Amino acid sequence: MQTIPDTSPASGTDGPGPARAYEDALAQGVFLIQKCNQCAGHIFYPRLVCTHCGADDLRAVEASGDAVVYSTTVVRQGAEEGGDYNVALVELAEGPRLMSRVENVDPERVAIGMKLRLSLKDEGGKPVVVFVPPEVRP
Amino acid sequence: MTDMLRGSAVIAGAATAGIGEAFGYDTLELLAAASAAALKDAGLSIKDVDGLFAVTPYHPLTSLSVAEYLGIHPRFADTTFLGGASTVGFLKSAAMALQSGECDVALICYGSHQRTGAAGKKGRLLSPLLDTLPYEAPYRPRNPISSYALAAARHMHDFGTTREQLAEVAVAARKWAQLNPEAFMRKPLSIEDVLSSRMLSDPLTVRDCCLVTDGAGAIVLVRPDRVKDLPKPPVYVLGSATEISHRQIASMPDLTVTSARESGRRAYAAAGLGPSDVDLVQLYDAFTINTILFLEDLGFCPKGEGGAFVSGGAIAPGGVLPVNTNGGGLSCCHPGMYGVFAIIEAARQLRGEAGERSVKDADVALVHGNGAVLSVQSTAILGTAATV
Repeated sequence: MQTIPDTSPASGTDGPGPARAYEDALAQGVFLIQKCNQCAGHIFYPRLVCTHCGADDLRAVEASGDAVVYSTTVVRQGAEEGGDYNVALVELAEGPRLMSRVENVDPERVAIGMKLRLSLKDEGGKPVVVFVPPEVRP
Repeated sequence: MTDMLRGSAVIAGAATAGIGEAFGYDTLELLAAASAAALKDAGLSIKDVDGLFAVTPYHPLTSLSVAEYLGIHPRFADTTFLGGASTVGFLKSAAMALQSGECDVALICYGSHQRTGAAGKKGRLLSPLLDTLPYEAPYRPRNPISSYALAAARHMHDFGTTREQLAEVAVAARKWAQLNPEAFMRKPLSIEDVLSSRMLSDPLTVRDCCLVTDGAGAIVLVRPDRVKDLPKPPVYVLGSATEISHRQIASMPDLTVTSARESGRRAYAAAGLGPSDVDLVQLYDAFTINTILFLEDLGFCPKGEGGAFVSGGAIAPGGVLPVNTNGGGLSCCHPGMYGVFAIIEAARQLRGEAGERSVKDADVALVHGNGAVLSVQSTAILGTAATV
């Protein structure tokens, strides 16, 4: 289990900032979000300030991985360019939303409200956060 | 109590240049052509400009590039980059600068040669020039289209809005464009045409998307004490307001509610007017969903009812509310950032210069600019001399 790094700015600007800490954890297979020590709200993407209450007192926590589709589209392109693919806005169980892609299902069949599980994927040596319907989780 | 800026800035001149295709012209040339024409329209010279409010997609130091090109030394400048909302946003800073005496003649200007300049060269469009968004890039959204498609999909899910209702917006814009000799796309367009066009990012087809054209626009503003010297009827800025909510679509608090609700509320309050006082509306219609969202958020119909509101030709010529009477970004022109063209069309309507598409007895116009991916909203209320 990867140690969750301290991303609070209390230690000044020594060490990795929250974005780098996020990337480092993702490379270890851990998807981090942040939780505010003041208001207990969660945020994504990694920042130095809480967008709910304005405090600069965030800590990184591992996301539960549960999510639902908030909205979805299919980007259309010819088969020679790689074919159609899904782009979705995903709402994490903790509250924050992020852009992602729903896989293991026809892009057109991705529907708002669909339950999802986190799935980390390697794309050209870089870890990418995607989601899959839980019943088809690999 | 109305706002201290109410009526403190007057549109004295307005002009466009190179709408559609302007072969052989570059961005600064188009911008200068529109600026020179707007100043002539105001009975003034380029050398009278001492307040410059300029953006283009290609000049990070826009005010410097434009001032040098025009040969002026402005003592006040604003190049605040709010995407397509920039120029409507400038109505506030220009009014403040005029009222406080920081400048006497304000020039708001925009230009782009993105259509003809892009021939054979990708990358002249605005979007690829913007910063890469690291939390979006791996998913390859076809931006800005995909971001608006996500908003449209959520609106359809929550309120039952249909693709036919989205298409109504494009068809109404085209019908207005057919009355506007300056509009770039004037061929007949049906709802079926929109629905059967090439799908780009569901539910938006190519006909749900704005045009890619060249074009420039400029507006000249002065204080009301100069109104008696103006060659054309004055158009007063009665109120304006801006609100920023996000940069990328995942951070939009609610995909079906834009900051137009707040910018509109404050602009109406500043003008001492409400939606029922508005005779015509010029909205930034980068995509068909925009018109529906903004009509709701600016109080012309309740939230969720925008699709029904635009149906049956209600915003087309002869409908209940004249919206985007020049043909909008969907059918008149869209050179990257449309805001200034919405202001110019409103001014032309209020001056009675809109020819066949004139809205009768119009005294109050609402102008609305939108930037990036529903990220920033700027609303302004303009009025004739009868409103001050």
